Amino acid sequence: MSSSTLDSGSPERRPERSRTLGRLTRSRLALVGLAIVGLTALVGLLAPIFVTADPVAMDFGALLKGPSRAHWLGTDQFGRDVLARLVWGARLSVSIGAAAVALALVVGVPIGALSGYAGGAVDSVLMRCMDALLAFPALLLALGLVAIMGPGSTSTTLAIGIVYMPGVARLTRGVVLAERPQEYVQAAHALGQRDRWVLARHIMPNCVSALLVQASVNFANAMVIEAGLSFLGIGTPPPTASWGLMLNEARAFMTSAKHVAIAPGVAISLAVLGWNLLGDGLRDALDPRLTD
Amino acid sequence: MSGVTTYLGGRLLGVIPMLFLMSLVVFAIVYLIPGDPVDAMLGQDAERSARETLRSELGLDQPLWRQYVSWLGRVAHGDLGRSIRAQQPVRDLIVEKLPATLLLTTSAAVIALLIAFPAGIVAAVKRNTLVDLLAMVGALLGVSIPSFWSGIMLIMIFALTLGWLPAIGYASITTSPGAALRYLILPALTLGSVMAGSVTRQVRAQLLQELGRDYVRTARSKGLRESGVVVRHALRNSLIPAVTVLGVQFSVLLGGAVITEQIFAWPGVGQLAVNAIVNRDYPVLQGVILTVALLVTLVNLAVDTLYVVLDPRLRLS
Repeated sequence: MSSSTLDSGSPERRPERSRTLGRLTRSRLALVGLAIVGLTALVGLLAPIFVTADPVAMDFGALLKGPSRAHWLGTDQFGRDVLARLVWGARLSVSIGAAAVALALVVGVPIGALSGYAGGAVDSVLMRCMDALLAFPALLLALGLVAIMGPGSTSTTLAIGIVYMPGVARLTRGVVLAERPQEYVQAAHALGQRDRWVLARHIMPNCVSALLVQASVNFANAMVIEAGLSFLGIGTPPPTASWGLMLNEARAFMTSAKHVAIAPGVAISLAVLGWNLLGDGLRDALDPRLTD
Repeated sequence: MSGVTTYLGGRLLGVIPMLFLMSLVVFAIVYLIPGDPVDAMLGQDAERSARETLRSELGLDQPLWRQYVSWLGRVAHGDLGRSIRAQQPVRDLIVEKLPATLLLTTSAAVIALLIAFPAGIVAAVKRNTLVDLLAMVGALLGVSIPSFWSGIMLIMIFALTLGWLPAIGYASITTSPGAALRYLILPALTLGSVMAGSVTRQVRAQLLQELGRDYVRTARSKGLRESGVVVRHALRNSLIPAVTVLGVQFSVLLGGAVITEQIFAWPGVGQLAVNAIVNRDYPVLQGVILTVALLVTLVNLAVDTLYVVLDPRLRLS
């Protein structure tokens, strides 16, 4: 992304944007990723339209049944429709992922921007705090935070958001530090523009590419952590439909009803694969230097 | 080596404030619990005497800053408190469980590196061929398939269907190494697959970057064989940045071990942490998180030092 212009929305940037879009649409893998991500989001958003079956309604006359016309993906140990739980699980996974990534961005970007722009003691203190959080393995920190806040979708979202916030802050700081000595920033200062304006209007648009890539990778990881916490029995509590919870419950029936373990596993792997492909595609399109 | 000593000294000094901040985070695990931590741990129906004993043990009758200073002092002396459920020192529980976790994570790392380096090197050398495509698809699947599903699938295939390996369990490597190895294979493979995918991508990207540099072109123009160019020149340089990934991956492995241990009933600190949450045994949870964070910090310090030792340019700068 060009950094020599004072106006991020100027016509000079438009050819660059169309080139980026061109690179993204030429990458077949990125398009596959985009399609998977779009499909997951659509299924999650329109869950009630896709399936009419109640994801928590039990049918003790149809326990652990294989796929049939009535239940396309079969039923689980309580006779609940696996497809309905899968679709509602997508909604939960996407909404927690989106909210957690948004939280990480909303908190992490200002911290990173302030740290990189102010420098000195402010930078040192803020970054040492971020480093301290980064020292904890992501899942273990999320585990500790959920333990404090108690199980549930809100606490899971908050925990995942906090876990990924330091990475976002570090990334933003890095870009701001790289951009601060650039001539266009000095020119903006020479024109009498205030620090806040220079940071928001001129420097921050240069963070967008890196943050977009980071956000897509974080989204994939957030979905894995959400499912992981539910799998461990400390994330989303039953009977809510969550992919991780479905997998955890399926462990007891690995020999008698394989379908209950296969469906949520495929769903989460596909969703994560989609975000990873999209992340790779975005990185290649936004920063061609990184393309092999 | 004076450059390394100076660097190491600087890094050690930088670690001190970080350890202080990490201790604050871990301390907060008990003291940020909404309501009374004693209620959260023992339940509201617990006897008054038990409640008072725990309150005094945790120092909850003291001002917050004094609680922290006293807790930090005890931690600095290796006292991580007492488990509420097991009625044992937390340190003893961690010392008992940590070897199993370290065995699992190091085995997973070895498996991952044994897969990742050859796959990454072949993919880079045979760029844009079917081999490259297969290696990259494999790597992408490795990073995308969560361990809690790959673990279940491995159990279904190799334990329940083929009957080749035990589904769950653990045996001590010192008393029965044969059985220990059989129990170890599936969990280590499950945990290592994510790291294998990530490192394969990293090795391929680094090697491709090096293969495009001028010195490689010079080596080729001098008539060196391609294998010599790759192994003696490009690979050596591409491995240096790959070393830094190991520190990050160690943290990922320790986090991933929590789930892998749960799937395979592996008696490590990850399982200890999950059981601590279920039993609301917060001193144990605190102890595990602190120990793991310390381990990650130490490994990162070692990796950074190794990086400086391996790359002379960093010593000079």
